[in-house]
Amino acid sequence: MDMVLNNIEELVEKYNNAETTLKEEAQLKAYFLSDDVAPHLEHYKPMFQYFLESKKEQYTKDVPLNTKKTKLYQWISVAAVAVLMLGIFIPNWNSGPKTLADYTPEEQKLYLETKQALALISNNLNQGLQGMNALDMAGDNFNKGMGKANYIAVYSNTTNKLLKN
Amino acid sequence: MKQADFVNIVMPFKDKVFRLAKRLLVSREEAEDATQEILLKLWKNNKKIEDYKNVEAFSMTMTKNFCLDRLKSKQAQNLKIVHSNYTDNNSSLQKQVEAKDSVDWVSKIMEDLPEQQKIIVQLRDIEEYDFAEIAKMLDMNETAIRVNLSRARKTIREKLTSTHGYGIK
Repeated sequence: MDMVLNNIEELVEKYNNAETTLKEEAQLKAYFLSDDVAPHLEHYKPMFQYFLESKKEQYTKDVPLNTKKTKLYQWISVAAVAVLMLGIFIPNWNSGPKTLADYTPEEQKLYLETKQALALISNNLNQGLQGMNALDMAGDNFNKGMGKANYIAVYSNTTNKLLKN
Repeated sequence: MKQADFVNIVMPFKDKVFRLAKRLLVSREEAEDATQEILLKLWKNNKKIEDYKNVEAFSMTMTKNFCLDRLKSKQAQNLKIVHSNYTDNNSSLQKQVEAKDSVDWVSKIMEDLPEQQKIIVQLRDIEEYDFAEIAKMLDMNETAIRVNLSRARKTIREKLTSTHGYGIK
């Protein structure tokens, strides 16, 4: 017993200096987890007990190889619901003011200015259209010209015939 | 590599990854999150894994780095409010009273160790790796590891001896 105790005391000393091998540490663990620990060494007991208990802890969740994707899908569904909600509520927001009088003076002014600007653009557009008409007329004349050219062709045919004769 | 092969490689040491994460992050939930992320990272690198001779050592290194980074960013976030928070001044006696029993008290003592020492105690005294393996995992020489380990063990012993003196068990 004393031999064992001497040995243990020596090992404890080595242990504290971090000079023990894994084998010696296993010996120490076995000793301190047993029921007959010398009273003056008893304060080491909880430490070795704690080490043993700690090693029993396990990672109980699954090995997660696909979680990233499912997380992404969850977020997509959240986004989809958000878009749906917006679609439902936005029309209600817009159904508030209806006539020009319901808008603020600034908004009315802005509206009128915009209207003017649009009218100007449409005026120019109409002028452009008139230009197009001129082109159309030119096209007509061109067709007439082509008709005349045909006459010339016929005419030249007849002159050719006359020359042969 | 198929998922099943990967799981077979990771299975033997996933608990060790989790325990090291918990040693550093303390809360079980955070340790589980960290373990998940580390396993995912490993899976994404599964082509490289086949090149590593020691996937386990590589994973433990990754776990250490991941958790230390997480602690750093946590500290950065907490820095602003830390001054209005006096729980840091918790005396060891107070903590000791909070501990349910002397084994619980050891875990509280471990929480107060410097990170480096926590990691080394975890790898040696709990996971029982040999010094050469720990040296590889932590990229440290064996002498430095022994010095840190000895300091940690002596701190734990001293705190336990004084507790024992107070008669709290």
